[in-house]
Amino acid sequence: MPRLVLVVLALIFGYAASAMSQGAPYTLTIKDHMFQPTEVEIPAGKKIELIVKNEDPTPEEFESTELRREKVVPGGKQITVYIGPLKPGRYEFFGDFNPKTARGHIVAK
Amino acid sequence: MLGSAIIVFREVLEAALIVGVVLAASVGAPRRGFWVSCGIASGVVGAGLVALFATEIAAAAAGIGQELLNACILLLAVGMLGWHNIWMSRHGRELAATARSIGDAVVSGARPLYVLAVVVGLAVLREGSETVLFLYGIAAGGGLSAGALIAGGALGLLGGVAMGAALYLGLLRIPTRRLFTVTSWMVLLLAAGMAAQAAGYLVQADLLPPLGNAIWDTSAVLTEDSVIGKTLHTLIGYVSRPDGIQIMFYLAVLAGIWLLTRVVGAPVSSPTRASLRRNAEIPNTTG
Repeated sequence: MPRLVLVVLALIFGYAASAMSQGAPYTLTIKDHMFQPTEVEIPAGKKIELIVKNEDPTPEEFESTELRREKVVPGGKQITVYIGPLKPGRYEFFGDFNPKTARGHIVAK
Repeated sequence: MLGSAIIVFREVLEAALIVGVVLAASVGAPRRGFWVSCGIASGVVGAGLVALFATEIAAAAAGIGQELLNACILLLAVGMLGWHNIWMSRHGRELAATARSIGDAVVSGARPLYVLAVVVGLAVLREGSETVLFLYGIAAGGGLSAGALIAGGALGLLGGVAMGAALYLGLLRIPTRRLFTVTSWMVLLLAAGMAAQAAGYLVQADLLPPLGNAIWDTSAVLTEDSVIGKTLHTLIGYVSRPDGIQIMFYLAVLAGIWLLTRVVGAPVSSPTRASLRRNAEIPNTTG
């Protein structure tokens, strides 16, 4: 049990440390039901802030099964999601309301 | 049209499965149709309101309004499902034991069906608001004719409801005595899964630490995007890449409700059950 407590504490402090190293936010734009850019490169092992701007008049939902994120972006508005710290790799995201055209991915390096 | 049908289907599916479980869990309770209908109706109204105020909700609480709303809805449903199981563990066995001989006795009158109505309402609200926003987006974008939009929406709705109905009818094939045990476990897993989902929203809002990203990865075997994956996601809280904190929430709720049903339910139920059994032996004079 004490060991478990230590592990949990280490995870929490590890998280706090990684949270503090967070830099400027990354931005993603939705226009004509497509993401721009379609690839966002972020550092692995760091929590980042991602701003998703919707320039379409219609609502969209920023969703990623791999990142376990889903958030509605009302038409003409923007939202913020926090992502990571991630292991290096490629993580797909899509617009749940226009999954055919609105697609992109995050690359954690 | 098919594209919109699929999206509506995926949203309706989750709510329909929850309604299926709730209906199976309340078999034999009087006026359950009324309560479940109330739940669905208020859920639909709520979904419309949430969709209408989507912009305000998104901007609320410094941009984490959506996550807070979703987490609160899910945690409220967890509380309701837990309360249902605890109540049933106290009174449910007597219900099952006496149901056949004396019909639904006084005990069942006190059964908190509104609890299940709230769960149904919240499920419909959550999934419904996304459906409304999606359909509104298509309608406003002018990508589809009104006819195709309505046809697609109706097709998706029908498909989702059919899945919920199939689950309910499948559960009904279980013998009545076992059905209570099966639905109690299903309600328990439903609650645990919702708690994990709530934790996910709180991580997304940066209110909780993930305590490890993707502790395991079973997406190669089954993704939540598939119909089976989504079904299991709803029913037992399947997540292919869970955060550490999601696993902790899942296990805590699973153990918490299970323990409470044992601790709160067990001691009181035996004398009551005995007295009810005696009552059950008295010839039925009321009906």
